[in-house]
Amino acid sequence: MLERFENYEYDVLIVGAGGAGLRAAIAASAAGARVALVTKSLLGKAHTVMAEGGIAAALGNVDPADNWQVHFCDTMRGGQMINDWRMVELFATEAPERVYELERWGALFDRTPEGKIMQRPFGAHTWRRLCHVGDRTGLELIRTLQERGVHQGLDVHMEVTLTRLLKDGERIAGAFGYRRENGRFIVFRAKAIVLATGGWGRVYKVTSNSWECTGDGVAMAYEAGAELMDMEMVQFHPTGMVWPPGVRGILVTEGVRGEGGILLNSEGERFMERYDPVKKDLSSRDVVARAIYREVEEGRGTPHGGAYLDITHRGPDFIKQKLPSMYDQFLSLADVDITREKMEVGPTIHYAMGGVRVAPETGATSLPGLYGAGEVTAGLHGANRLGGNSLSDLLVFGKRAGEAAAAYANGLATTPSLDEAEIEAESQRVVQPFESGGSENPYLLHEALQETMQEKAGIARTGELLEQGLQEILQLRERAGRMGVSGSRLFNPGWHMSIDVPFMLTVCEGIVRAAIARRESRGGHWRLDCPTQDPELGRLNYIVRKTPDGMEVTTAPIPPMREDLAALLTAK
Amino acid sequence: MAEVVLQVFRGDASGGTEKAYHVPLVTGMVVLDAIHYIQAHYDGDLACRWNCKAARCGSCSAEINGRPRLMCKARLDEFPDGPITVRPMKAFPLIKDLVTDVSWNYKVAQQIPAFTPADGEGPFIMYQQDVERAQEFRKCIECFLCQNVCHVLRDHAGKDAYFGPRSMVRIAAYEMHPMDTRSRTALLRGAAGVGYCNITKCCEELCPEHIHITDNAIIPLKERMADEYFDPLRAVLRLFAKR
Repeated sequence: MLERFENYEYDVLIVGAGGAGLRAAIAASAAGARVALVTKSLLGKAHTVMAEGGIAAALGNVDPADNWQVHFCDTMRGGQMINDWRMVELFATEAPERVYELERWGALFDRTPEGKIMQRPFGAHTWRRLCHVGDRTGLELIRTLQERGVHQGLDVHMEVTLTRLLKDGERIAGAFGYRRENGRFIVFRAKAIVLATGGWGRVYKVTSNSWECTGDGVAMAYEAGAELMDMEMVQFHPTGMVWPPGVRGILVTEGVRGEGGILLNSEGERFMERYDPVKKDLSSRDVVARAIYREVEEGRGTPHGGAYLDITHRGPDFIKQKLPSMYDQFLSLADVDITREKMEVGPTIHYAMGGVRVAPETGATSLPGLYGAGEVTAGLHGANRLGGNSLSDLLVFGKRAGEAAAAYANGLATTPSLDEAEIEAESQRVVQPFESGGSENPYLLHEALQETMQEKAGIARTGELLEQGLQEILQLRERAGRMGVSGSRLFNPGWHMSIDVPFMLTVCEGIVRAAIARRESRGGHWRLDCPTQDPELGRLNYIVRKTPDGMEVTTAPIPPMREDLAALLTAK
Repeated sequence: MAEVVLQVFRGDASGGTEKAYHVPLVTGMVVLDAIHYIQAHYDGDLACRWNCKAARCGSCSAEINGRPRLMCKARLDEFPDGPITVRPMKAFPLIKDLVTDVSWNYKVAQQIPAFTPADGEGPFIMYQQDVERAQEFRKCIECFLCQNVCHVLRDHAGKDAYFGPRSMVRIAAYEMHPMDTRSRTALLRGAAGVGYCNITKCCEELCPEHIHITDNAIIPLKERMADEYFDPLRAVLRLFAKR
């Protein structure tokens, strides 16, 4: 019956070929598993390439006082203490080895005069901690892993979108999807799956995220019954481009401030001195983003509604050496020479702290056989991620999830079996927009959803706005049932969008429902109607799960921190 | 509102033609924005690749008014006298509209021996002046515009003889890595076919990352290969070594 489809069988299926997916694939393959890597794009194009500033690891190369304990404390405080502290501990202790491993695999970081890996300062990191390659660190990371991966004998399925995780009873049995090139259906039978699908920044209008960041992984995990956590926590990066309109949202690396850039309002005031007198321009991202938002609200914004970012005092040679992509980006897209002129910047959606709830050591979700790593998961970053922590996140937990998935697959006595009726039903669902004659345009539904999220669940939230947003999302969900697309299944982006939209609706409903529930302000979640932190809520994570009656939001207590770790935070 | 007219290639392996679209102009708009407008408002099935829209991923390569470049970096106000034609890369088999089959590039990448360090331990001590040469090549975003414009690949269908500029840049990145120990000159002389490059520098001219592909990668690789194989003294030594 399944001969209509392309069929594959693997021990471990890795979904997503960014840093986390590639690292997981290398780990699972090294553990002896038959591994396939599935990516929506071509290999090496994942959103990881957009990471600019660096990878945070306490090597202590330029500041010998740095160590994993300080990195642990910085990350916990940056996340406003709702992080999974065990994840943070593993992360801070293992990040240095993952960076050196990358170097052994061929990565060429910038060097100190002594020939070690260079490290630069970044927001809310106590010491100079970010290993970097100019302002293209993510590209170096992904290219190194890609070249390592392709020589390790794993199958790569490029330009394949998965639409559903398949189960055998309560455990993972595989996944269903299609080839973007020709629309042909693919069925993967797999003992274990690692989700490494990244975030969902495309649900907002002003975003630094690439088209792929539509939340497929988190939505598929939710549909399959896995628990989500901290969905209300979305990061607004303080510095995106604001002008011209065609480039609004494109990221301006925090490395600009790391290399000495300062933020100014329209009156020429270095306003971060008021919001965070100690860390100033290198405060955590949530603080800087809110400060820029406030300056604009109070009438001290730039002509196009942002703040000025000035690095001119470092001189042309330094800027072109350390921030070449930024120099090029502003010159070619905005006619601004950043060696001579100030940039205009404002908040842009950048990262999802929330996601699939996982076990810290293994990345195991609440569903047997389903693992997660990287941005799709929750826990490490709590309520706010520090710059540079995502790249080390990908490596540390990519490796752990890949190894755990391989071990799980090796331990299964029997290969899970697929439910053919489920596959048949899914194959009919995904082609429905061709056959329904529906009138709703998937592109315009996506735009409407982006407007809703930007206005109703943006940087400054209220219970009332969020409730309105929820109603709009539910209406859009209803309209999405009437989507129609034209053309054939040959590389048809309109059809692809009709599959992305329901994923994004699920993600948005999760964000908004959790944001309504968390009645306080913490990290990226800023409620104008509940402006302070509530210590009681600081002991809770919000959990989202699917029930027969729809989406349910509950709370889970954060386990008390181990004493030795708690002592690190209280010591001065 | 001002508008621009784009002539966009529509078609697949069986053939196709250009189609005109009228798109309202927004300040700072790039060709990729116009393509997205067309998808949302006229033809939802217009196929193109893109990811980051910030010239980091190298996905949206196309030929704009005949010049191979990234759609995300081509501003509409560069073409005040319109019209703007957008066509797929010519050197690769067409899939549909602006999307071509670039899988060959990944197949040749797999044939290039990976980075092989002498010492498996580390951390490595390497100095900035020594890593900079290879760092230039690591900037490559794999847009394949250099492959597309290379005469050997584009006009002479030489994919079975020459791996192309992108691959030379990859080989150069390994060869000039301070810790790499492997020689790839046999590959360069053989399957990779570095001798086929006749140094017209077309690839170097349009690299969006401004990599000096010919001067810094291909010519030094040609020299390495020539030193190894065509140096008379070494040829004699090799003769004896074989015995």
